[in-house]
Amino acid sequence: MSQALIDTLMAAPYVARFGVRLERKGNELTGVLPFADHLVGNPLIPALHGGAVGAFLEIVASASLLASQPLQRLPKPIDVAIDYLRPARAQDVFARAVVARSGRRVANVRVEAWQQRIDAPVATLHGHFLITPDHVDADQM
Amino acid sequence: MTDDIQSRLDSIAPLIVDGSPHAVALGLSLISLTPGHAVMGASYDESLIGDPDAGTLHGGVVTALLDHACGMAAFAGFGARDTPATLDLRIDYLRPAKPGLDVTAEASCLKSHGLVAFVRATAHDGDIEDPVAIAQAAFMITKASKAAQEKARRLYTEGRMS
Repeated sequence: MSQALIDTLMAAPYVARFGVRLERKGNELTGVLPFADHLVGNPLIPALHGGAVGAFLEIVASASLLASQPLQRLPKPIDVAIDYLRPARAQDVFARAVVARSGRRVANVRVEAWQQRIDAPVATLHGHFLITPDHVDADQM
Repeated sequence: MTDDIQSRLDSIAPLIVDGSPHAVALGLSLISLTPGHAVMGASYDESLIGDPDAGTLHGGVVTALLDHACGMAAFAGFGARDTPATLDLRIDYLRPAKPGLDVTAEASCLKSHGLVAFVRATAHDGDIEDPVAIAQAAFMITKASKAAQEKARRLYTEGRMS
């Protein structure tokens, strides 16, 4: 758990502007992206921008890594693969991450986002992040 | 309206950039759009910083830029008739964009047939030989995207007549 870094992440200008919230119940973390007009990609459907949904999933992935262990720095994305399963409608989006593996340098994370029904996901992200666990000497990285 | 691809691109393309609230909020701009190829830019702005200590743009800005540029290239690859939806998007973040520099994404539609288009893109902050990120994406014409395109075409034609 790296609360100070979670605060740094959530206070970053881009993240704060996005309006992302984190809801915690014990060690379970859910990201909430409240609907806002500026998140819309195609107003004629209307659907949220794929990039906005992708960015939200990346934020939840980072926050979940920080919530799961003490880290020295913000996780850095190495690569992400985002699948868009349904159009994300003009509504709030929720997301939860599973840390599939967290090693000394790299963490493998999966995130799933949904809107009205958790069993009807709108998008999933699978990514690798560079991490600096607290117990590893930063000089060795 | 003549029915060649470039004139369709020129007439509709600005609508799907300036008409996209999220693209406007991030300050994304269309630099050029030719058949199968799109170039878009994101201006460096302090409100888009993801790492306050380093002053670097949030990865999400690059994600949105690449998604939009790839979508535009797919749109152009489909002959500027349908705005496709993203099926998947894979991004390798090679390095953070340098603080203060604008990011440019260049996307090419490698293949489009039937309902699916395959796109590859590179994002850089000045030198395409030293990219910030590379992306590969697949796009699809969906019922929702087709309906939206019809609506856009109607609005555009009505706008021209009024």
